[in-house]
Amino acid sequence: MEIIQILITLGILMILVIPMGKYLFKVISGEKSFIDPCFDRVDGVIYKLTGIKKSEMSWKQYAVSFVATNLIMALLVYLLFRLQGVLVLNPDGNKSMNPLLAFNTAISFITNTNLQHYSGEWGMTYFTQMAAVTFLMFTSAASGFSVAAAFIRGITGKSETVGNFFVDMVRVITRVLLPLSIIVTLILVWQGVPQTLEGTKTITTLQGSYQDIPLGPVASMESIKHIGTNGGGFFGANSAHPFENPTPLSNLIEIISMMLIPASLVYAFGIMLKNKKQAWVLFAAMSILFLISLPICYLSEAGGNPILAGAGLSQSMGNMEGKEVRFGIAQSSLFTTVTTAFTTGSVNNMHDSLTPLGGLVPLFQMMLNVVFGGEGVGFMNIIMYAILAVFLSGLMVGRTPEFLGKKIEGREMKLIAIAILIHPFIILMPTAISLISHQGLSAITNPGFHGLSQVLYEFTSSAANNGSGFEGLVDNTPFWNILTAIVMFAGRYLSIIILLAVAGSLASKRLIPAGVGTFRTDKAIFAFILVAVVLIVGALTFFPALALGPIAEQLTLGK
Amino acid sequence: MNEKLKKNKNWITKDILKNAVKDSFKKLNPKDMVKNPVMFVVEVGFIITLLLTVFPNLLEKNGNSLYNGIVSAILFITLLFANFAEAVAEGRGKAQADSMKKTKKDTQAKLVEKDGNIKILSSNEIKKGDIVLCEPGDIIPNDGEVVEGLAFVDESAITGESAPVLKEAGGDFSSVTGGTKVNSDWLKIKITATPGESFLDKMISLVEGASRQKTPNEIALSTILISLTVIFLIVVITLYPMAHYTGVTISVSSLIALLVCLIPTTIGGLLSAIGIAGMDRVTRFNVIAMSGKAVEACGDVDTMILDKTGTITYGNRLAAEFIPVGKFTQENIARFAVIASLKDETPEGRSVVELAAKQGVIIDKSEYHTSENIEFTSQTRMSGLNLSNGARVRKGASDTIQKYILEHGGIVPDDLQPNVDKISKLGGTPLVVCVDKEIIGVIYLKDTVKPGLVERFQRLRQIGIKTIMCTGDNPLTAETIAKEAGVDDFIAECKPEDKIDVIKREQALGRLVAMTGDGTNDAPALAQADVGLAMNSGTVAAKEAANMVDLDSDPTKIIEVVEIGKQLLITRGSLTTFSIANDVAKYFAIIPAMFTLSIPQMRVLNVMGLSTPNSAILSALIFNAVIIPALIPIAMKGVKYKPMSAEAMLAKNMLIYGLGGMAVPFIGIKLIDVLISPILKALNLG
Repeated sequence: MEIIQILITLGILMILVIPMGKYLFKVISGEKSFIDPCFDRVDGVIYKLTGIKKSEMSWKQYAVSFVATNLIMALLVYLLFRLQGVLVLNPDGNKSMNPLLAFNTAISFITNTNLQHYSGEWGMTYFTQMAAVTFLMFTSAASGFSVAAAFIRGITGKSETVGNFFVDMVRVITRVLLPLSIIVTLILVWQGVPQTLEGTKTITTLQGSYQDIPLGPVASMESIKHIGTNGGGFFGANSAHPFENPTPLSNLIEIISMMLIPASLVYAFGIMLKNKKQAWVLFAAMSILFLISLPICYLSEAGGNPILAGAGLSQSMGNMEGKEVRFGIAQSSLFTTVTTAFTTGSVNNMHDSLTPLGGLVPLFQMMLNVVFGGEGVGFMNIIMYAILAVFLSGLMVGRTPEFLGKKIEGREMKLIAIAILIHPFIILMPTAISLISHQGLSAITNPGFHGLSQVLYEFTSSAANNGSGFEGLVDNTPFWNILTAIVMFAGRYLSIIILLAVAGSLASKRLIPAGVGTFRTDKAIFAFILVAVVLIVGALTFFPALALGPIAEQLTLGK
Repeated sequence: MNEKLKKNKNWITKDILKNAVKDSFKKLNPKDMVKNPVMFVVEVGFIITLLLTVFPNLLEKNGNSLYNGIVSAILFITLLFANFAEAVAEGRGKAQADSMKKTKKDTQAKLVEKDGNIKILSSNEIKKGDIVLCEPGDIIPNDGEVVEGLAFVDESAITGESAPVLKEAGGDFSSVTGGTKVNSDWLKIKITATPGESFLDKMISLVEGASRQKTPNEIALSTILISLTVIFLIVVITLYPMAHYTGVTISVSSLIALLVCLIPTTIGGLLSAIGIAGMDRVTRFNVIAMSGKAVEACGDVDTMILDKTGTITYGNRLAAEFIPVGKFTQENIARFAVIASLKDETPEGRSVVELAAKQGVIIDKSEYHTSENIEFTSQTRMSGLNLSNGARVRKGASDTIQKYILEHGGIVPDDLQPNVDKISKLGGTPLVVCVDKEIIGVIYLKDTVKPGLVERFQRLRQIGIKTIMCTGDNPLTAETIAKEAGVDDFIAECKPEDKIDVIKREQALGRLVAMTGDGTNDAPALAQADVGLAMNSGTVAAKEAANMVDLDSDPTKIIEVVEIGKQLLITRGSLTTFSIANDVAKYFAIIPAMFTLSIPQMRVLNVMGLSTPNSAILSALIFNAVIIPALIPIAMKGVKYKPMSAEAMLAKNMLIYGLGGMAVPFIGIKLIDVLISPILKALNLG
């Protein structure tokens, strides 16, 4: 039964991928679609009001527009966090954030990470939840999607320009994110997620004691939180909270929402390239990585905790510590795998309470950062690995490597050489720094192997712009706020800019027709080569760290 | 080609070996080492472990001097192996360069002064623009053009070909190369190169590898290798605090061992050797590539433009068929065709005899030694024999023979003209044979495709290369030959400028074009092509425009050169894949071993069942070292290359070097572990 739940969820996704992919293609390419009559007018008004000119941009102009727009938004939101205590819509009288927490939170949301060093109930006001957090959930997702659109235009196109960042942003928000969010919001409200501006209610419980029930405009944030692979919870407990994710149906909707756009974007790329086989090969490679991870998490959780079993507690339901009874093992482990594969970062169970191997899976997914990945950027990362795979093994057919008909030469490889460095660097270095500094060590609540996992998870989540927390770290301190902010920033902007440069470089190249002598990347064998390269270059890098963290913890469990 | 390749099948000789060993030590100089960042990291690791051998407690408590010493020694051997690979590759080039240098010894030259006097000078003093006189036995002092005279020149010094070559002023045979020797007569040569920059000088520095520059693909690959090295450096550096935090103690030597095992030392150590060896294979094939880039570009060639005459066909028209006319039979025409050609020593004449022999018509030449030979003259325009019995056998052009027998009162058979027309239409040449006043039949002479070429074009098609034939013939003739040879396309009535247009057209479609050429008018096309192979017999202009020169002047060699280019890239790709795939096993050997002392449960990950942690780490490190020399033969000779589609080739190489690369170290490390664990036990390291 549990496995059937998982299969049904993945089945629904597969049904949606093709139509959604076709729709996304139309949004990216500007081809005519059935909703144009309505949305062209909406977009037209926006272009007129904002003065957006639809001129084509080079990759550099595009990157500058992207970074500058993001910085302005981050600054704006920073000010809102600093002033939220005195601003409107603060029924519970919450305070403004301190400068470093505000800095960390602004960076966290603009980078689509949604790492939260605060708890929504006391750390935010309704105004900032809507005007700052929900606002950035739309724009950061749209930014990631737009950049990916430009990237796709670059690697598939014949012109040296990659589109217009502002036009992309508008189209993605009006045609994709807003309509989907409205639909999902309504379903969530139907399932019981609150959408109100009323303040916290104090009620008398059955035992006669009092309890505070926090409320707020939850549903509208919950929808874009998943559709935009953001992941920041309205409440501290995130999607484990009954007001964020009340029923198995809402859970299903949230899982599908996370997967929909990243998975469909791959198909949209196939249409753009006029080679759907190529898209399916990439899709297959990412699916293989997903499907080897999911069972590990599920089986490990279903197996329960041997220490508790030894203490005489029944583990027949599996390891239910930190999990919601309404979701059970299957829906929890699926949620965990999806939220880290698609780098959303929302959680419907405590990742800190996962069994060591079960907890290794989300870590592993974020270390790879290519298993579909977050809005747009996951796709860019898998292409980065594809180019690397082509370069390393493509020579074996006796030609200078080509990818999508473009020669892969020194310039691209220099950029990619830097790009593949970033992820391990910004995960392992800060982890090491934390483990040798007093400020870092003092935050760890469980010493030993699990403590290492906590620190490793925090930086991996930041670097992958995932945002889920292993929790258990006392992380609202200057040390953690600054260090994770740097990691999130580098994880987002450095790789995007470098990969845009790769797209720009490929865009200007002569297209080489494929012949019998060409290394074909749209064949099944390439999917396996790609998986091998991702695992050897991407995953084995973290093997020593994982061995000392979750693997050592698992092996010594019940010692 | 095969003879030459076979001759060099031994990729190493005693001399090369001796020098290579010496060079391996010389190359340890950090100044040289830093050029190869991957191996430089190994050298730094070696120095640190060496220090830890002498001062075991320099960086850690309870350091084990003996263990550090062993790690240090293995790292040292790793460095030597990598240097050795490069030194062997260079050594092979040097050996060849040395033999060339012998011909470059300082000789005397006869300078022709303005007043016509001859002045004897050292060849080094001859400047560009000087005119020198070369008589039999003289070494031509530098590259130049023949301005006067005609002589046979022995070019064996550079081509290895002992038959002398005719050189004369003007035309396509006027260029001479410095270092070659005049055999007969005399030549007056205008020197076209400054001393030290002659073709021979260039060749020497090329084969020596002195002017070797990294090719674009090599640079790109090196960048990635550096990046991987940096990643593993981060992994190892950050592992120390992580281990410390979790209460696991790891010795510095083990960390360095892990680092060296993970960084791509195999390909890092072999990369330059592969490049040098690739160039060397081309050189051994008597083709001089002006840069490694040119060889690499060969692998990418999509279109090959080939001249018909000389490349695809012999250029001589040879007998292909005997066609009887009138009442005569096949046997009759074959017989008289041979008789008419018995004393004809032209290629055409000989081909008639050969064709008849193939058909079983053999005529004893001695029977006809008394016959009178009628030579071909421009007046009679026919040749043949007057037999001792009085019969006059003639062969010649159709109209000449027709006129000849009509004069003698014969009649032209009705089926002659249709046969003659048919042959002409197919682009062949009809030769009509008659005896006295009777026409026996027609010899069909045609341009013949060189043997083996059809198969080669087939091979090219298999690897996705399109062939285009260029010829001055009319479209009909061109089509016949094109079909026969099996080329994909042809350009008839082709002028030199048409060639450039074809190249440009193909390049606009994103294709890489290769071509061969020899004449001056080929120079622009050679320069336009991505790979231009000039014939050594050709003009200086052609040689300068091309990026490769074939010393044997065999235009069909371009096909092999392309295959060598592909083989070079395949070798590089395969060994890269192998090197990176190796990491999987090394991780599984070292990581559990490093942590088992502190976390005994880590044993589970010791999938190879290696005996002790020390043995595991050292076995992985030893494997990492010995795999380099084990792969040197592949790096030198290149991986086996058989033409096949990219897909099949990828599957095959992926299986051997990808999966093999994952499997081999599992077996290798286990074997080494079995061998060394008793030794380690004896040393108290077990």
